[in-house]
Amino acid sequence: MPRIIKNGAIVEEHGPEVLDLEQWLQSEDRARRAVVLEPGETLAPLLEHIDDIPLVLVNFPTFMDGRGFSYARELRERGYQGELRAVGHFIRDQLTYLSRCGFDAFQFEDESELEDALESLGDFSEFYQASADQPQPLFRRRA
Amino acid sequence: MYVYDEYDQKIVDERVAQYRDQTQRFLDGELSEEQFLPLRLQNGLYVQRLAPMLRVAVPYGLMNTRQLRKIAQLSRDFDKGYVHISTRQNIQFNWPQLGEVPDILAELASVQMHAIQTSGNCIRNTTTDQFAGVATDELEDPRPWCEIIRQWSTLHPEFAFLPRKFKIAVCGSRQDRAAIHSHDIGVEVVHNAAGETGFRVVVGGGLGRTPVIGVEICDFLPAEHLLTYLEAILRVYNQHGRRDNKYKARIKILVKAMGIEAFREAVEHEWAPIKNGPSTLTGEEIERARSFFTAPDYASLDASAAQNTLQAQCQNDPIFANWVKRNTREHRVAGYRIVTISLKATGYAPGDVTDKQLELVADLADRYSFGEIRTTHQQNLVLADVEQAALYELWQSLQKAGLATANIGYLTDVICCPGGDYCSLANAKSIPVAEAIQARFDDMDYVYDLGPLELNISGCMNACGHHHIGHIGILGVDKKGQEFYQVSLGGNQGKDTSIGKILGPSFRQEDMPQVMDKLLTTYVELRQAGETFLDTYRRVGIDPFKERVYAQDH
Ligand code: SF4
Repeated sequence: MPRIIKNGAIVEEHGPEVLDLEQWLQSEDRARRAVVLEPGETLAPLLEHIDDIPLVLVNFPTFMDGRGFSYARELRERGYQGELRAVGHFIRDQLTYLSRCGFDAFQFEDESELEDALESLGDFSEFYQASADQPQPLFRRRA
Repeated sequence: MYVYDEYDQKIVDERVAQYRDQTQRFLDGELSEEQFLPLRLQNGLYVQRLAPMLRVAVPYGLMNTRQLRKIAQLSRDFDKGYVHISTRQNIQFNWPQLGEVPDILAELASVQMHAIQTSGNCIRNTTTDQFAGVATDELEDPRPWCEIIRQWSTLHPEFAFLPRKFKIAVCGSRQDRAAIHSHDIGVEVVHNAAGETGFRVVVGGGLGRTPVIGVEICDFLPAEHLLTYLEAILRVYNQHGRRDNKYKARIKILVKAMGIEAFREAVEHEWAPIKNGPSTLTGEEIERARSFFTAPDYASLDASAAQNTLQAQCQNDPIFANWVKRNTREHRVAGYRIVTISLKATGYAPGDVTDKQLELVADLADRYSFGEIRTTHQQNLVLADVEQAALYELWQSLQKAGLATANIGYLTDVICCPGGDYCSLANAKSIPVAEAIQARFDDMDYVYDLGPLELNISGCMNACGHHHIGHIGILGVDKKGQEFYQVSLGGNQGKDTSIGKILGPSFRQEDMPQVMDKLLTTYVELRQAGETFLDTYRRVGIDPFKERVYAQDH
């Protein structure tokens, strides 16, 4: 069982079977299957089934590929409520950005980093922009 | 100018703490070189040829004297006592120690400054007109919009790992002094028939290896939609910009590949669901941003008396008169002038300024210009609000510090990147070329006679010296390991932007002054009454210049 960060804590993961986008769209019982998105794939067909998806994984083939950030925001903006998990080669210094885009779970390649990575989630306590966890931008919240 | 409240301060302070930890982890070997690279870049730290270079953000080129004095002090404490003004209005330290950068950033944070996103594949410092708020041809002050964009783009969670860097410029005047057509996004403040504020948005401009002039994507964007619209453009770019080849990764390539119609459609598609969402600007926020850029407490001056005094001073002192003519310009308010301080004295690297000079400028700004200073993309400094009656005293002080070179807008006011003397990306040195040309054309009467002339020099294709949009552009190229220089003519910034055309085969460094001489002689011979270099070039084309420069000597 892999250990992952989920909702700010380290947990053992018992996830459903993971399918790629194509397989998932064709699957008979997709409501019980996770889907993994790769950079460059089109989100539109997935958005049509937003209420059926139990778990979305977004793969980062390298941490420099920022397309996954937009996937997350778009999924959340369109109302996806389920677990959204980053997998692949993202780094802990990106955790604040990732979680603000809507990721609530992080599966690192190297599990020994998990404890330290938790700390990075608290790098910032205030932000200018609206985000998944704070729908009001700072300018609507300033005292 | 904008003043931080506790939120702004907290964000900058937390960024410093985060970066301190990242630096420590890098030094401890926990972060690899590859992982640390984008983290330090997004805090402005490059590793250069000889030492790191730290680029400090000067949001839209505006600073107060406390900040300027802090920069001077830091240059003394952590560097060699001078800094460089970049062509994007930022300030660069050339020799800081990597381990000391967190301390420098903490010092900067104490005066409401930072180095966030001055480098890396993210949204960079937003630039604007250096005469914002005081120019006579201004429709509306662009700086409130720049500040709104600054806040939105700072640590934006979605756009920190873009395919490539991303630059936004804003202009609010008839003449475009912000080069909005050479930016990834250019924003022009406009009014509609009802007198409401909005923006004309231009996308896909840029210099670099493939210079492209930006094209209009929206002719009137109502002001409240600014951020959601920018967000939609960035999202299309983040998803579809090329990531396989860094020379094809800028938004200009995407816009060209899709065509502006399809690109606009994609943006509209992304925009629809977020338009009118929470990021829509409120009237209060727009007013709040504007409230930081109101006019200072101008004295009501007797303009004609001031004019008479100035005229008398000019008659007595022709050197002063010349400086007034070349380095000051008309101000929106009667009795005031805008002063540009040239950082282009012959014998000094263009845009370099020492700690002592910075401190002097800070004192002068406090005394004569409401305590504010601006940096320009031509790598000079501006005191925007000087009473005419104070010009003579100001000039005397500047003269003593070597800051009264009267060459703004002329040949020797060279725009020049740091080039091969500092930059590890360079193909060739740029500063020695600038200096050799300044030295060759030391007869100022001749230089003035040449009229307004922009000479822009870059040490490589990255085009930090904006060579494509110089009337004369010089680009350092590598020819079998040797430094050579390619010349282009006819570039121009402003609303009628044009990209310079390459003259022909490149030249050796020692030939450059001679080449310039031939180009300028050709212009002088061909010009008609009142024509600038650019006018003549546009009328006669490149051939006469080519013939002269490449003619065989008999
Ligand atoms: S143009 Fe090239 S050489 Fe000059 S500063 Fe930019 S990257 Fe360095």
